[in-house]
Amino acid sequence: MIPASFAYHRPSSIKEAVTLLGSLGDDVRTIAGGHSLIPMMKLRLASPAHLIDLAGIADLKGIREDGEDVIIGAMTTQHEVIASDFLAKKIPILSETSIVIADPQVRYVGTIGGNVANGDPGNDMPAVMMCLNATYHAVGESGERRISAREFYQGAYVTALKPGEIVTAIRVPVPAAGHGHAYEKLKRKVGDYATAAAAVVLTASGGKVASCSIGLTNVAETPLWAEEASKIVIGSALDAATVKKAITAAEAITSPASDGRGPAAYRTKMAGVMLTRALGRAKARAGF
Amino acid sequence: MAKSQISMTVNGKKVEELVEPRTLLVHFLREQLHLTGPHIGCETSHCGACTVDLDGKSVKSCTMFAVQANGTDIRTIEGMAAADGTLHALQDAFREMHGLQCGFCTPGMIVRAYRLLQENKNPTEEEIRFGISGNLCRCTGYQNIVKAIQYAAAKLNGVPFQEAAE
Amino acid sequence: MNDMTPTSAERAEKLQGMGCKRKRVEDIRFVQGKGNYVDDIKLPGMLYGDFTRSPHAHARVKKIDTTKAAAVPGVVAVLTAETLKTVNLDWMPTLAGDVQMVLADGKVLFQNQEVAFVIAEDRYIAADAAELVEVEYEALPCNVDPLKAMAATAPVIREDIKDKKEGAHGPRKHYNHVFNWQAGDKAKADAAFAKADVTIKEMIVYPRVHPCPLETCQCVASFDKIKSELTLWGTFQAPHVIRTVGSLISKIPENKIHVIAPDIGGGFGNKVGAYPGYICAIVASIATGRPVKWVEDRIENLSTTAFARDFYMETEIAATKDGKVTGLRCYTVADHGAFDACANATKWPAGLFSIISGSYDFPAAHVSVDGVYTNKAPGGVAYRCSFRVTEAAYAIERGMDIMAQKLKMDPAEFRMKNLIRREQFPYTSAFGWVYDSGDYQTALQKAMETVGYKKLREEQKKRQEAFKRGETRELMGIGVAFFTEIVGAGPSRNCDILGIAMFDSAEIRIHPTGTGICRLGTKSQGQGHETTYAQIIATELGLPADNITVEEGNTDTAPYGLGTYGSRSTPVSGAATAMACRKIKAKAQMIAAYMLEVHDDDLEWDVDRFRVKGNPERFKTMTELAWAAYQEVPPGMEPGLEAINYYDPPNFTYPFGAYICVLDVDVDTGSSKVRRFYALDDCGTRINPMIIEGQVHGGLTEAFGIAMGQEIHYDDEGNVTTASLMDYFLPTAVETPKWETDWTTTPSPHHPIGAKGVGESPNVGGVPCFSNAVNDAFAFLGSTNIPMPHDNWRTWTAADKLGLHR
Repeated sequence: MIPASFAYHRPSSIKEAVTLLGSLGDDVRTIAGGHSLIPMMKLRLASPAHLIDLAGIADLKGIREDGEDVIIGAMTTQHEVIASDFLAKKIPILSETSIVIADPQVRYVGTIGGNVANGDPGNDMPAVMMCLNATYHAVGESGERRISAREFYQGAYVTALKPGEIVTAIRVPVPAAGHGHAYEKLKRKVGDYATAAAAVVLTASGGKVASCSIGLTNVAETPLWAEEASKIVIGSALDAATVKKAITAAEAITSPASDGRGPAAYRTKMAGVMLTRALGRAKARAGF
Repeated sequence: MAKSQISMTVNGKKVEELVEPRTLLVHFLREQLHLTGPHIGCETSHCGACTVDLDGKSVKSCTMFAVQANGTDIRTIEGMAAADGTLHALQDAFREMHGLQCGFCTPGMIVRAYRLLQENKNPTEEEIRFGISGNLCRCTGYQNIVKAIQYAAAKLNGVPFQEAAE
Repeated sequence: MNDMTPTSAERAEKLQGMGCKRKRVEDIRFVQGKGNYVDDIKLPGMLYGDFTRSPHAHARVKKIDTTKAAAVPGVVAVLTAETLKTVNLDWMPTLAGDVQMVLADGKVLFQNQEVAFVIAEDRYIAADAAELVEVEYEALPCNVDPLKAMAATAPVIREDIKDKKEGAHGPRKHYNHVFNWQAGDKAKADAAFAKADVTIKEMIVYPRVHPCPLETCQCVASFDKIKSELTLWGTFQAPHVIRTVGSLISKIPENKIHVIAPDIGGGFGNKVGAYPGYICAIVASIATGRPVKWVEDRIENLSTTAFARDFYMETEIAATKDGKVTGLRCYTVADHGAFDACANATKWPAGLFSIISGSYDFPAAHVSVDGVYTNKAPGGVAYRCSFRVTEAAYAIERGMDIMAQKLKMDPAEFRMKNLIRREQFPYTSAFGWVYDSGDYQTALQKAMETVGYKKLREEQKKRQEAFKRGETRELMGIGVAFFTEIVGAGPSRNCDILGIAMFDSAEIRIHPTGTGICRLGTKSQGQGHETTYAQIIATELGLPADNITVEEGNTDTAPYGLGTYGSRSTPVSGAATAMACRKIKAKAQMIAAYMLEVHDDDLEWDVDRFRVKGNPERFKTMTELAWAAYQEVPPGMEPGLEAINYYDPPNFTYPFGAYICVLDVDVDTGSSKVRRFYALDDCGTRINPMIIEGQVHGGLTEAFGIAMGQEIHYDDEGNVTTASLMDYFLPTAVETPKWETDWTTTPSPHHPIGAKGVGESPNVGGVPCFSNAVNDAFAFLGSTNIPMPHDNWRTWTAADKLGLHR
C-alpha cells in the first residue's frame, strides 16, 4: 500500500525533462497520469529513486492537425480524447477505445501517452495505434526521432524507447472519410484488461474491402498487428468463408497468457470472436 | 526523504503543508488535514472509496501523490454541504433513497456522483451505472444508489422525480 | 375529544414504528463523511503496526533476523513468535476449538501468513521496515487440494497436533483431519436409496470465496500503564466475545478491557473472529505503553482473513418415478485451511449444514462432513452463510434441479410437488429441525405468476429450437431456487460460542422527558440497527422512533451479546427489545392505573397511551408516564422506567424465499447477461421494508459475484492468484443486474414480534438461483452440472465440451 521513498521532480519543459532523465542515473521513471505506475509503486513492484512528473509540461498537451495527420500530445488524458469532437469526427476508433479503458476516474487522469508508451501488453491503445499505423514522437538528449507503433513493442514492458527518451506525442494518419472501424473488447467487468480485444479500421469500394488493418490486444507479450489477417480480407465482401480464414490467421499469431481471464487456448479463440464482431461492426459502419 | 512544501485549496480553504514526495494524496487528506471522509478500500486503485473532486475531475486520491496535487482545488465529501450546513442535494438523496448501508463507499460515491451530474445533467440509468463504475459498493447492490442519483438530478434540474416503473 | 384529535392511525404514523420505511438515522453522519471508522481514530503518541508475511505456502522458518528492520529510524519494536512466547501469546485459541499461530512458530502454513510485526512511528516507516525483516525459509511440499488432504502421503500440515487422535470435535482419522460430523439417520437414508426408483449423485462444489467488505480488518489497541487497562477499538461484529476471549488469553481481567466497535464498513462475517493483527497490536501497546494501530490492506484481507465456503459436497437424492423425493444423502469434504478458525457455535463444526433438506419433505436423510487441513488461509464460516446454510442450500437446490432433469420434470413443478405443505408447520425435518412457519406453495405460486413462468418456458423452448437451427448463438436459462434458511442462533441448548450461550440482549432506559436510549449486544455493520430497533420500541412503547437513541458496540455500556452475523440480530436482540419494552410497558401500565385511579385491568393500550376501557377520554400517554416514573410512582414501586432483557430464543427462525432468474448466455464468449431476477422473501414480520429491500439488493449482488466469477484460487504451489481486486470479482454497477423484490409474510409463532431476520437470505437463495439458471441454459443439450463460478471462460469451456463451437 505504501510506496518506497523517491525524489520528485517537476520540469516545465520537454528539454528540462530530458536533461533530468539523462542526469539522474538509471533508477528514474517518468510519471504521466500515474495510474499504471503508482499502483505498481504501491505494491513495490517498482521503486524508482527519482520520479519525473510530466504534468507541468504544456507542450505535451493538445490535439492538432498537421496535414493529413493528427498529432495528440502524450499527456492528453483519456477523458480529453473522449471529449474531443475533433477526434470523434476524424478518428472515431480512438474514443471508442478510450471509453472501454478502466473507469471514469482513471480516464480523467490516465494519459494516452502513458497507455502507449509503457509496454504493458494489457493496454488497449497500442493495438489501436498499430492498426492506425501511428508514429510516436520520442525526444531524448540527441533530439527527436519517430518510431512506428508497429515497430515499437518488443516484449512485455520492453519497447523501442531508449533510456533517456520520452514519448512526447502520437502522430496518427487520419483514416479516409467513410471508413469503417470498431474496437471490440471482451472483459470480465468494467475496468478489467481485455481477455482479448480486436481493433479494425477498413475502407470499402464497390461493396468490397479496399483496405483493412487489424490490431489485437492482450493476446501476446506485445500488442499485435495482424498483417496477414488484414491482407486476407482485402478484395472480399467479408463473406463467412473469408472471415473464417482471416480469423485463423489472426489466431495463429496469438500466444496469450493463461490467467484469471481464462486459459491461453480460450483467449486465442476470443481474439477470433472479437475480430469477427469487430469486422462485422466495421463493415456496417463503412456501409457495405 | 526530505519533505517539500505544498499548497492547495481544499474544500474552499487554502492549506499549506509539508509532505514527503511519496505521501499519497489520500493519506495527506486523512492524516494531515484530518479529512477522514475519503476512505481506503484497496491498494490497487479499483474500489474508488477514496474519490475526491480535483480541478473539476473525479480522481482516486489513493493513486496520486500529494505533491502532484500542489496548486489544485480539491473537494472532498466534507465540502459537499453548503457553508451553513445545508446538505447537498446528493447527500439528501442518498438518505431519501436508502443509497447507503455501511457508509464506507458513500463519500467517494457522492463526490463521484457530483461530478457525473456536472458532466451530464440528466443521465439515463445506463449512463449512471457506467458513470459510477469506478466506485465499488458491497452493501447496496447499487440499485438504490442509482435511484438516489436520479432523485438528486431531478432536484437539481427542478423537475419532479419519476420513479422508474419496475 | 374534538375534530383536531389525531386518530389512532395518524398517531401510529407519527411514531415511525414497525412496518414503515423510516429513513435511516445513521445516514446523517455517513453522507457527510462523518462516520467514525477504526482508521479514523487518532490518539496522541499512536504507533502503527505492519506485518512481514510469508511468500511460501508451506515452509520451515529457519531464521528470522529483525536487525535491519529494527534499525530503521522511527521503528520502535519488532515482534516475532519468540517475543510472543514470553507472554504465552505465540498461539491463540480459535472459535472452533483449534489453536492458531499468531506469528510463525517454526513453520508457515499458508501464503501470506504473519511472520513478524513491525511497530513504528508512522505507517510509511512500518511498511519500509516490514520489507527489511530477513527470513530464511526451507520450502516444504504443500497441498491445497482438500480431496487429497487425507491421502497416506499427504504433507503434514499441523505438526503441533500430528499425533493427536482426538480433536475438538471427536476422533481424528488422519493427521490432516479436523473432525467428522454427522446428522440424520444413516440406516433410514440408506434404506430409502436402496429401494428408490430413481437416484442422482453429483459432486457439487462450492468454491472458496471471501466476503471482502469494503473496509478491511483493523484495530487500535491502547494499554494504559497507569490503570493497567486495555482499550481496544476494532472491526468487531461481536465485541463482547472479543473482550471475553481477549481476557482469557491475555489474563487481563475482563473488567479492565474496554472493547469498542465503532462504525464498521461492512462485515459479512469477515469480522467475527480474532486475528493476529489484533493480538500483536495489543501486545505492542502493552510493551510500548502507547496506542498501536493496525490496518490491513486488501491483499492481506483477501488472502489471510476469514474466507467462506470451500465445500465439496457429494450429493444424492432418491425419488419415486413420479417425482416424490424419498431420501437425501450428502458426504462433504470441508477445506478449513491451515487452522480451523471457523466462527461456528461450539457443538456445530459444520455449522447448520443439516438444513440441507431445505424446503422439501424428505422422510429420510443423512449427512457426513469431514473437515481437513490444507495449506490455505484459515476460516470457513463467513459471507452471509448463516453457518454453512449457503453451502447446504446450494447442494440441495442444484441437486433438485439435477433430479428434475433426470425425471424429465420442470424444476419448478418438481419443487412444488415436494415443498413442505403449510399444514405440516411447525415441521420437523429429517434432521430434527423444527421449522417455525411457512406457506411455501403460496410463495412459489406467486413467484411463478409474477414472472410469467409458463410463458418463459415456452419462450425458452422456441429459442432452443432456433439455436439448433443455427439462428441464434444465445441460450436462455431459467433458474429457480426455493430456499429455507435457519437463522437466529440460537437456543442455549444448541448454541454456544466457547461456552457462552448465544442469547442476546437489549437494555432500554426511558428518560423523564419521554425520550430514551436502547443498548444492545448486537453490532451493526450497515444493517441500520440505529433505525430499526427504535422502530420496534416505537410500536411497543408508543414513543416516536426519533426519540430513541440506539447504541451498540461499546462493551462497557452495552449489555452482553454475541454480536451480529448469521442474521441473528432481529430474531434474538429484536426479541429482547420487544421483551424489554413489555416489561417497561407493564410498569407504565401500573403507573397509569395509579394516576387514573383505576385497576390495571381497566386499562387498554391505544398506540401511544393507556386509556380507560369504555372511557377513552381518560388516558395517559407513555410520555406522561415517563415523567411520572421519575416524579411519583405508586407506593412500593421503584422510580425510573427501564428494563433489560437477555433473550434465549426457544428456537431458530426459518426465513424462506422463492427466487427466479432469467439469463441469456452468449455461447461464443461464455458471457451471461441477466435479463431478470425476481426475489420473493418471507422474513416474517417486516420491520422496515426499505431496509429489507436494501439487504436483499446487497445480498443478491454478493450472490451474483459468487456465482458468476468469485474465487479465492490457489495454484499448485499454494500461491493465491486472486488476492487483489484486479482478479477477485467484485461487480460494478454496470455488471450488477436490476433486482425485483417481493414478499409474503408468515410470522414466526415463537418470536415476540414474529420477525425472522433477512440479511443472509439473498446470498443463500441467490447463488443457487444464478447457478441453476446457467445450468438450465445448457440442460436441454444433456449437460447435468456445470460448476461455479460461471465466469466467461468456464461457461465457454462447458459449451465447447458440448460441441457447440464446431
